[in-house]
Amino acid sequence: MKLLTGNDLKTGAVTWWTGSDWSIHVEDAVDVGDAGEAILRAEEGARRVNVPYVIDAEATADGPRPAHIKERIRALGPTVRPDLTLKPADPAIGNWVI
Amino acid sequence: MYQYDQYDQAMVDARVAEFRDQTERRIKGELTEDQFKPLRLMNGLYLQLHAYMLRVAIPYGTLSSAQMRMLAHIARKYDKDYGHFTTRQNIQYNWIKLEDAPDILADLATVEMHAIQTSGNCIRNISSDQFAGAAADEIADPRPWAELLRQWSSFHPEFSYLPRKFKIAVIASDEDRAAMRLHDIGIQLVHNDAGELGAKFFVGGGMGRTPMVAPEIRDFVPADELIHYAEACLRVYNRYGRRDNKYKARIKILVHELGKDEYIRQVEEEFAHMRTLGLNPPVEELARISAYFTDPAFDASAPDTVDLSDPDFRIWVEQNTHAHKQPGYAIVNISLKPVGGIPGDASSGQIDLMADLAETYSFDELRVTHAQNIVLPHVRKADLYAIWQKLDEAGLAAANLDLIGDMIACPGLDYCSLANARSIPVAQKISQRFADQQRQKELGELKLKISGCINACGHHHAGHIGILGVDRKGTENYQLLLGGSGAEDVSLGKITGPGFDEDGIVDAIEKVTSIYLESREEGERFVDTYRRIGMDPFKEALYG
Amino acid sequence: MADPHLRFRDDEPTEEPAVTLDAFLEQSNATAVRLESDEDARLLLPYLDRLSLIEIGFPVFGDGRGYSAAQILRESGYAGELRAQGDVLVDQLAYLRRCGFDSFAPEHAIAPEAAKAALERYPQVYQATSEGRSPVWALRHAGKTA
Repeated sequence: MKLLTGNDLKTGAVTWWTGSDWSIHVEDAVDVGDAGEAILRAEEGARRVNVPYVIDAEATADGPRPAHIKERIRALGPTVRPDLTLKPADPAIGNWVI
Repeated sequence: MYQYDQYDQAMVDARVAEFRDQTERRIKGELTEDQFKPLRLMNGLYLQLHAYMLRVAIPYGTLSSAQMRMLAHIARKYDKDYGHFTTRQNIQYNWIKLEDAPDILADLATVEMHAIQTSGNCIRNISSDQFAGAAADEIADPRPWAELLRQWSSFHPEFSYLPRKFKIAVIASDEDRAAMRLHDIGIQLVHNDAGELGAKFFVGGGMGRTPMVAPEIRDFVPADELIHYAEACLRVYNRYGRRDNKYKARIKILVHELGKDEYIRQVEEEFAHMRTLGLNPPVEELARISAYFTDPAFDASAPDTVDLSDPDFRIWVEQNTHAHKQPGYAIVNISLKPVGGIPGDASSGQIDLMADLAETYSFDELRVTHAQNIVLPHVRKADLYAIWQKLDEAGLAAANLDLIGDMIACPGLDYCSLANARSIPVAQKISQRFADQQRQKELGELKLKISGCINACGHHHAGHIGILGVDRKGTENYQLLLGGSGAEDVSLGKITGPGFDEDGIVDAIEKVTSIYLESREEGERFVDTYRRIGMDPFKEALYG
Repeated sequence: MADPHLRFRDDEPTEEPAVTLDAFLEQSNATAVRLESDEDARLLLPYLDRLSLIEIGFPVFGDGRGYSAAQILRESGYAGELRAQGDVLVDQLAYLRRCGFDSFAPEHAIAPEAAKAALERYPQVYQATSEGRSPVWALRHAGKTA
């Protein structure tokens, strides 16, 4: 699947396109298929996102899992500071990223 | 240390107002990201993996306790309660919001700090020897020269859109504690035959994709021509540095492609022209700045002995303190590399503690080193025990200076959008594998440097052992280098062969250190043994 | 053609078109010339007193060669109009002025009020440039020279 991601302009937080809005949770991301470029141009112009781009991901039972480790780290947070990630209480999250 | 006059303060205040205006225009959409990016970079603001990242300048690595407290305040108020000290003596915050950035810069300006030119294709923070003003082997304090260059390079109208970033280091001793030869311009203060103080210029060093050691370009530039000569070096680069290829745009490529002699010829021609223009501040300006760098009021009767009966304290004193030029005093190195920790990171509480220690015990002054540690430069030996106890309580007393545990690691793929691999977990695993103090001591001086990508912010080319993280078909892989050095015995590390996975690289470190222990001769450090026996015995151990 | 709001000279602009550097060096009667960002300003030094306009191109604002070109021309005594043309944003105006540019032909219009604010942002400067403004070190040590 193809996900659209970027950073929130004002806060810099990593965001994912949900189909109508931007969420900080990759589980909310939708498959944009071939429409990614068009969506990102519109959203960037409307300043709802900064520097958006399309990435590959696989659909899993837990939601989309970005194909590249860098994007999984963006989705979750630094692997070396689990307390600062989006899922600080989840002990299995390291496996999801790495 | 230097204190701003009204002019310096006005500059920084104007910059804050300018950036506030630019940020508002960006948020309102009057500036596109392409237009805004170079402007925010010139204020040290990156867009990174998790948020914006702000790099605050710590000029030549020197700061006061008040400034250190402000760094703690910023971590608490605007970030997630910690900061990262970098290989260019700066500090980075990883969780910054764009909308807060102008306020952060305004807060910094109240203590004479800023983030000016800590990124972008301009002249960056001028770095220097972390022992400046305290070490016995310097011929003069290099920092007044660094301050003169800092002001010259700040808001320089001709050199703010260079082909690429530009890094300058200034030292004043034969021992190179600032990796001076691996900078775009490296300066060593020297005396000429007449006993006058001047600058020896090295130009064209650097790491990254094509590491190079800077060749000597001029053996002596007098104090009152320093700016003229620097201008000449920069102008030749601005005019002729490559702009077609980002990876060939540093001055080292220009010097290499022109050849040292041709680059010198062009600089001398430009220098002859510059000298007619009166651009150099008078020597009175260097004298004015130098007055801020005189010795603190040392206690001449301070006892020169230390009670080393506490064995843990003794280990720390022997490893982490350095001789001071003044009897009765010592230089204290605070390790930000606890076993299994994140190299260079400090919590706001730890930063505040170090500020308190500086205020109480070190004439209010601290230094940041390019090895991501902190220095208290002027400590009475009689106060060492009290300091050590407080550091120990705060997890800042690792007695590993220059040992394998004192490794440099860039933030890597955990934080940095440029990275190909995570560097911090590798550092942590190696640190844990070699945690034993005796074992580290046995291995002796061993500078391990880890970069998460070819940009080499972890200085892996200059490590006795270097590790480079790469992306090998979508998975993290680690290449091993041996034999580099950023000191006066400067050399570039050589790759051993095929890379390793994360566990493999930790084992590889064990293997090469074992070869060292088996092969070393009296007095040899790891890098000395490597230089004597060559790569083959290490390759044999690694790959069979 | 410079934006009239962004021309900081008292004289009348020349009506002559700016010829290319190659054309200028071949013919001897042009008084207006354009330098591309990768062309050598020093080639014009023998002709400065004949020129009333030198235009320097900025294909992208990150190409900073024009700043050095301008300095070189002013340092050698060029007194005519020195124009920055191309990808010039309000955020570059102050540095361009200090390097000697006195007129601007930006690809995208710059509001005069924004230009004024940008040019007045910094009351002092750290460096001596061809513009001639006294740098801070000169103010600190008034009366002394290197």
